Amino acid sequence: MSNKLKCSLCDKLATVHLTQIINNKIQKVDLCDSCAEKKGVADTEGFSISEMLASSKTLNDSRQKSCPKCGMELAHFQKAGRFGCMECYAIFSSILEPMLDEMHVGSIHYGKYPKNGLSLINQKYHKDNLKAKMDRAIIDEDYEVAAKYRDEIVKLTNAKSTREDLSHED
Amino acid sequence: MKIESLIKKVSAKSARSKAKNSSIVISSRLRLARNLNKYSFPNCASDSQRSNVLSDVEEALSALPYMKNGNFFTMDSLSDFEKKILVERHWISKELAEQKNGSAVYISSDQICSVMINEEDHLRIQFIKNNFNLNSLWKTLSKFDDVLEASLPYAFTKELGYLTSCPSNLGTGLRASVMMHLPGLLITGNIKKIIRASNQLGLAVRGLFGEGSDAYGHIYQISNQQTLGESEEEILNRLAAVLKNIVEHELNARSKYLENNKAKLSDLIARAHAILSSAHVISSDEAMNYLSYIRLAIDLGFISEEFRSLIDFLFIQIQPGHIEFPNAILSIESRDIKRAEILRNNFSKLPPLNFDK
Ligand SMILES: [Zn+2]
Ligand SMILES: [Zn+2]
Repeated sequence: MSNKLKCSLCDKLATVHLTQIINNKIQKVDLCDSCAEKKGVADTEGFSISEMLASSKTLNDSRQKSCPKCGMELAHFQKAGRFGCMECYAIFSSILEPMLDEMHVGSIHYGKYPKNGLSLINQKYHKDNLKAKMDRAIIDEDYEVAAKYRDEIVKLTNAKSTREDLSHED
Repeated sequence: MKIESLIKKVSAKSARSKAKNSSIVISSRLRLARNLNKYSFPNCASDSQRSNVLSDVEEALSALPYMKNGNFFTMDSLSDFEKKILVERHWISKELAEQKNGSAVYISSDQICSVMINEEDHLRIQFIKNNFNLNSLWKTLSKFDDVLEASLPYAFTKELGYLTSCPSNLGTGLRASVMMHLPGLLITGNIKKIIRASNQLGLAVRGLFGEGSDAYGHIYQISNQQTLGESEEEILNRLAAVLKNIVEHELNARSKYLENNKAKLSDLIARAHAILSSAHVISSDEAMNYLSYIRLAIDLGFISEEFRSLIDFLFIQIQPGHIEFPNAILSIESRDIKRAEILRNNFSKLPPLNFDK
């Protein structure tokens, strides 16, 4: 068994292998369990982003900010890499935005959304969402998928009046 | 013993398809991170907010027929080794196990779904299955999520999707991890390449039971790291494409090695079998490493398929928390003795290895 990865920080066997995309460059780290724990990445489901934050340029602009709802302060977020409430996302948006491009595939949500009677969401959003997906499929030249979304949009438009009537009932 | 009935029951997950290469994928796990819009995230919530979250979620869950005969445990009510067992079964995370006030878990009676409450997020909804059908698992999970969402208003914005405590889970809140048994890639020295390639595609690779030693059963957990900017289906399709590739590489590695080094491979398996049948003191890392070769022997037909579920079961049974069941054993040495005894007893049921297939 000679082909095992060694920890980037010490020489022990690496069991955690992470990739972070930083400034469009892929950075890889292999860590042993104890180093991973020290760095707060033992659980890949919530790896620490504090190091990424520390180098963020926009940091200075908003160092004084804190969240009026939960009291989260920037310095604390920087240290823990966790927000305190949903309001924090609005308060710290200027710090968040550059991070998102580094962390994720994109910075806009394309996934599912709550469907049951939330005021945030409406039919128009559903349609915009489908349209965005359709446009994307067209760019990818995946016309079969695009047609599927087009059909859904048509269906939605036709069903709209009925749904609006129903939605008043509950 | 609170968790006794749960861990004694044979899980529905253990029913697995008989397809030859399906054994490389041990299990698929999908989890959604969700928060309620009324309260601060658990790390910032007051004690009363945390208990409000718990009672809101309890109410919503108890209304679901699917959760009717499920198991519910608050973290306050469990001992350390009971929590260790739940972690070893992947029903709760280490992070949840460390939480106290207001933190709890629901586990469905079929043991496929678990809902962690007041972990890093208010809700971590997880579905695990012993197969590789990510799309059908996603449909089940998404439906479950739809039903919950009808009574629990989630923190959501249309630009950023589901809002999570850590921005790395933002958007879909979806983490898919697939556990793979890859002894062939390890023996042939190709595992490093595969890990690098997966990393380049934005996937995280880690050992399943990685406990800081070099023996962890040749099991790897591969998961997506990015949750925003793609739909759930896109995330899962991308992951599945990579995993299918890995399965092919693993099958290739095995058949090549078997063709060119049959004596060496048979020796590795025979030694593993001998040690597991006769050791009197064995650590979990060592045991997992040898169990991995036995699992490979089943895949290659050297041991009858009917013993697969036993071997897969032993992988879990030899974990420290499970060894301590039903009474906490404190010293590592006495755990290692009990583990060896369990293995000897089970291996006495196994037929001799048949390498002439
Ligand atoms: Zn290290
Ligand atoms: Zn806040």
